[in-house]
Amino acid sequence: MDIAEFDRVIDQHGAEPSALIQILLEIQRRHHWLPPAALDRVAERLGVPMTRVRHIATFYKAFSLVPKGRHEVHVCLGTACHVRGAERVLDAVRDAAGILPGETDADLRFSLETVNCLGCCALGPVMVIDGKTHGKLSPAAAADALKSYE
Amino acid sequence: MSDVPLRIDGKDVTVPEGTTVLEAARRAGVEIPTLCHHPRLAPYGGCRVCVVETEFRGGWRLIAACVYPVESGMVVRTRSEKIDRIRRSVLELLLAHAPDSAKLQELARLYGAKRDRFAPDASYCIHCGLCVRYCAEVKGKFAVGFVDRGIRKEIAFVPGIAARECRDCKECFELCPTSYLQAAFVLAESLAFPPPPAGAKP
Repeated sequence: MDIAEFDRVIDQHGAEPSALIQILLEIQRRHHWLPPAALDRVAERLGVPMTRVRHIATFYKAFSLVPKGRHEVHVCLGTACHVRGAERVLDAVRDAAGILPGETDADLRFSLETVNCLGCCALGPVMVIDGKTHGKLSPAAAADALKSYE
Repeated sequence: MSDVPLRIDGKDVTVPEGTTVLEAARRAGVEIPTLCHHPRLAPYGGCRVCVVETEFRGGWRLIAACVYPVESGMVVRTRSEKIDRIRRSVLELLLAHAPDSAKLQELARLYGAKRDRFAPDASYCIHCGLCVRYCAEVKGKFAVGFVDRGIRKEIAFVPGIAARECRDCKECFELCPTSYLQAAFVLAESLAFPPPPAGAKP
């Protein structure tokens, strides 16, 4: 993670103020967070005030100003998942990953979040890891699913 | 630029095209209360205390005077039962955040707003944006900005810039209607760029 890498991302998007969000998304995707050095560099290269960069970086939930894990785990607690035992699935995931919703483990392996609906209620209880949907989960199957992510 | 005639509270006034209803009213000697308006800053429309009514298709339509440009022949009224009721509610919502603000209390007396109508949620900032916009538009320093969103939205100083620019400026301090800005600055200063101890040579 160095300035040169941030510069490459910035150059790919043309170093235009209008590309601010796209650049931040790309840095977020690569590092799973927005390091302070990245915000400084982006503000400087695009000629965008730091206040604006921070406003946007804190506005969207896609951005994180603290390091996130390599794998993003979303456990659905929507109505359909809830009645099919999502709470127990969440408990199993919490125990397996050793973190509460909103937290990231010390090895930066997982970040855990709860969501209110993933739009595939027929598959409930549902969990999404890095965009891949795991459906019809039992607590044990949910804990198992985590094992395939390093 | 052509001149636009309009009528505000029964007074005829003619102003240049592009003037806002608020400016036209002030030119006609009609007072409209504001919180987030500042003559040196671009219109913002954040506080909604300047709400007025304009005649529209036989009825009355609500507009924010500080951001609404004048239209030829428009008829505006700045006080009515409905307007007073809306201003009262707006003030009561703001008072839940900053119950001790002198500016808010002064307007509250005028419109009969009760300071404890809504459960207090003392964040002290009413998001008028005066400090943020003054720093950006007048000073060009961008030392203070908004972070986060919704109910967690708040002002925050950028420590690196604030340490360099703010101590000798502080022009935004007197703009703040609640004095939250001063508190935010003192907090940022003590955490991120503490002043040298008294008597120390720079």
